[in-house]
Amino acid sequence: MEHYTMNLTLKVWRQANKNVVGRFETYSVTDISSEMSFLEMFDVLNERLIQEGKEPIAFDHDCREGICGMCSMYIDGRPHGPWHGTTTCQLHMRAFKDGDTITVEPWRANAFPVLKDLIVDRTAFDRIIQSGGYVSVNTGVSVDGNAIPIEKEKADKAFAAAACIGCGACVAACKNSSALLFVSAKVSHLSLLPQGGPERKTRALAMVAQMDKEGFGSCTNTGACEAVCPKEISITNIARLNSEYLKAGLSADLSPTS
Amino acid sequence: MLDSKIPAGKLEEKWVDYKGHCKLVNPANKRKLEVIVVGTGLAGASAAASLGELGYQVKAFCFQDSPRRAHSIAAQGGINAAKNYQNDGDSVFRLFYDTIKGGDYRAREANVHRLAEVSVNIIDQCVAQGVPFAREYGGLLNNRSFGGTQVKRTFYAAGQTGQQLLIGAYQALERQVAIGNVKMYSRHEMLEIVKIDGKARGIIARNLVTGELERYFGHAVLLCTGGYGNVFYLSTNAMGSNVTAAWKAHRQGAYFSNPCFTQIHPTCIPVTGDHQSKLTLMSESLRNDGRIWVPKQKDDPRKANDIPEDERDYYLERRYPAFGNLVPRDVASRAAKERCDAGYGVGTTKQAVYLDFRFNLINKYGRTEANKLGIENPDEATLVRLGKEVVKEEYGNLFDMYEKITGENPYEVPMRIYPAVHYTMGGLWVDYELMTNVKGLYALGEANFSDHGANRLGASALMQGLADGYFVIPYTIGNYLADEIATKAIPTTHEAFEASEKEVAGRLERLMSIKGKQSVESFHKRLGKIMWEKCGMARNAKGLTEAIAEIQQLKKEFWSDVRIPGTINEMNPELDKAGRVADFIELGELMCLDALERNESCGGHFREESQTPDGEAERKDDEFMYVAAWEFKGESNWQLHKEELKYEVIKPSQRNYK
Ligand SMILES: Cc1cc2nc3c(=O)[nH]c(=O)nc-3n(C[C@H](O)[C@H](O)[C@H](O)COP(=O)(O)OP(=O)(O)OC[C@H]3O[C@@H](n4cnc5c(N)ncnc54)[C@H](O)[C@@H]3O)c2cc1C
Ligand code: SF4
Ligand code: FES
Repeated sequence: MEHYTMNLTLKVWRQANKNVVGRFETYSVTDISSEMSFLEMFDVLNERLIQEGKEPIAFDHDCREGICGMCSMYIDGRPHGPWHGTTTCQLHMRAFKDGDTITVEPWRANAFPVLKDLIVDRTAFDRIIQSGGYVSVNTGVSVDGNAIPIEKEKADKAFAAAACIGCGACVAACKNSSALLFVSAKVSHLSLLPQGGPERKTRALAMVAQMDKEGFGSCTNTGACEAVCPKEISITNIARLNSEYLKAGLSADLSPTS
Repeated sequence: MLDSKIPAGKLEEKWVDYKGHCKLVNPANKRKLEVIVVGTGLAGASAAASLGELGYQVKAFCFQDSPRRAHSIAAQGGINAAKNYQNDGDSVFRLFYDTIKGGDYRAREANVHRLAEVSVNIIDQCVAQGVPFAREYGGLLNNRSFGGTQVKRTFYAAGQTGQQLLIGAYQALERQVAIGNVKMYSRHEMLEIVKIDGKARGIIARNLVTGELERYFGHAVLLCTGGYGNVFYLSTNAMGSNVTAAWKAHRQGAYFSNPCFTQIHPTCIPVTGDHQSKLTLMSESLRNDGRIWVPKQKDDPRKANDIPEDERDYYLERRYPAFGNLVPRDVASRAAKERCDAGYGVGTTKQAVYLDFRFNLINKYGRTEANKLGIENPDEATLVRLGKEVVKEEYGNLFDMYEKITGENPYEVPMRIYPAVHYTMGGLWVDYELMTNVKGLYALGEANFSDHGANRLGASALMQGLADGYFVIPYTIGNYLADEIATKAIPTTHEAFEASEKEVAGRLERLMSIKGKQSVESFHKRLGKIMWEKCGMARNAKGLTEAIAEIQQLKKEFWSDVRIPGTINEMNPELDKAGRVADFIELGELMCLDALERNESCGGHFREESQTPDGEAERKDDEFMYVAAWEFKGESNWQLHKEELKYEVIKPSQRNYK
């Protein structure tokens, strides 16, 4: 791999906290190696800001391995930036060239208020899981792991849906700020497995209801979510959720969920 | 005196016996008892969920924005369990034995046996929660092999096992949040333990969004706050992983055990430059199918694929024919270092070795698939194509990650890898019940020292975290809380809370008022460099003595010249980091002291003064068969206590993987 260095202009969203209005600030960064990750480029900028006595840019990150779902930058109009199937932290600087201007914003959605700079509040996702995104089984009462064989194909599909990292890029990409890809991934993961069977109906209804309550918009099938999802969660999951939802809605014996 | 509270009786009956006789708390009383769980990784989330289900009032804390993001999420390769689904001779005893031996005989027999016993329940529990483990075509659970064992007992979900297990535990936790048994505080960082009459009774936490200090009461406090590998600056840990919670507990009297036992993982993506912020693991599971080699010729200028078979040195297979590429981590790491130090390293920095999949991609997977499809005499291109499919299913996400980071395609060219800091076996001293020597204060998961001795075997940290949280603490905490049912919730206006909060506020103000010139990051990097060079893969008395002096100097400099922008009462990631680095500096000193004191090699702790003629680690059982438990006595001042290790079932011998 050929390595190179570059000078860049960054336009970054700065906002001190939830209650004030934010604005873009422009920074130039020099001598950025193509081997750096996108966040390492931010580290370099932040070190400089600290040296200059300015406030560094706050952004969410933790694993820097594309798995925790914490990083969340809206880069040049695209959640997580230009690489397909890639989180912000796994984006590397060889995606850019010398002289580029890069615009970086936080996720934008009513349900994800900005806390500071590029950091947003995504606790709405936790509350959606609380509404039914689980199997109601207490510790210690389970049967042998191999008691129920599961068709490999179904298990693989459940796994593919369970790969969602809860980052919220799908919401950020959607013009309606719908969270349906996230919700459908969880509903699919659990309803494809026999263990999730008994609560299928209540789960789909409760999670969709909570999603609406949190202020996420409705889905108009634009497919923008799938295109930016770093874990390549398929919109066929949304079709599956719709059918689960319909079936659940049609059945009469619905008990309220907690 | 340290009392490990190991129950009497036969090894295989201890835990059953304990459970049959420990004290219980009735359901009505459980509702009156409050438990604080700091950390919601595998250990904390499983503990908080299980205690919530039992009816305790739980308050759980994490510093990320959601419990689903704990560092556990990043675990890749798998989780061990003695299910013997493969019919290859596994058993509880064998898992117990492998773990003790893998740990180089520095772990407690009773704890490890219990771990092996409950391992089977973990798999059942996770399956019931909907964890999508890998399955075979018949619909049953699949297994792979990990280092240090000769059976296949590792359960996995592609290269995302930690994610799937954590999501399982997280969902169970959120279910309890919904019911109201657990109250979750995310973006909160614990900064102090509150003790009243010698017992842990609460914490002071900082709300990381507003910067405010908050007080919380609990009848007991559980620290499930993970490991401290980031003391080395560069490690495979998440950026936020830190020692702060454990360190505060240590300063409040909890003993810190075997701090120098750190695990350097053999297969990580090598460092590329000064900008490097973390290192990325390539799971040990890759050693199932990847063969490790370096060129036989020094400074060989050729590309890996141009070097013919007979000019490659598969040094692990050569040195350790019985275990080959699947020797334990400490052994594999040292062997890589040996080759690179001797001048056989590859890549631009020469600090790397190859991990090559081509042989098994073609010969193992390609051929099997070709046979399945009835293709006779397949050519190499067909074998490669078929083999790739299988390799992709097994490790696809790891291969993708490698390519994103390095820009090279590991299906085509061998990976370049080098050892990196990965896991810390040391941690807070706990007894059999997972209680520290401070009453009512527990430590679970990577935060405690308990089960892995001087070297952890792959796929056993997930097992231990979940064992502690799902199956051990729900019993052992009852044994303590049964005597606490008369204790009413103590109001947080109590003077002890008042004093602790003042202490924390004072420290934050001190940090902010330094207004020096050097960034937190620069101190962290310097600490990491000292630790890696002098307390890393090889250690000696001279280096360690120097390191201690250098760290003491660094500490002085930090407290007089660190620059932290912003203010206290706002979201301030630099301030969060400053507190953590300050604690790492103190821990670093203790690690070097512990490494200096332990003048033997064992597991991941390699003292150059103590090696066999062929360069293997040499233990000194007559002098060092103990757990080091350090008591904090004041700045740069510790007292060593020793818990003698007694082996009743296994006879320690020099480890041999040849
Ligand atoms: C890249 C990688 C791959 C791995 N792969 C495997 C594998 O395949 N198999 C295996 O067995 N092991 C593996 N491990 C090891 C294993 O993942 C960890 O040891 C284990 O997950 C630790 O779990 P834990 O619950 O103890 O801590 P963590 O998951 O680290 O959780 C710590 C928790 O504590 C919280 N916390 C910390 N400090 C504070 C504070 N002061 N206040 C409030 N909250 C706090 C955090 O927010 C977090 O919730 C891997 C490790 C790494 C780095
Ligand atoms: S569906 Fe994709 S984009 Fe949406 S939260 Fe999950 S991983 Fe992120
Ligand atoms: S920091 Fe974890 S996914 Fe990017």
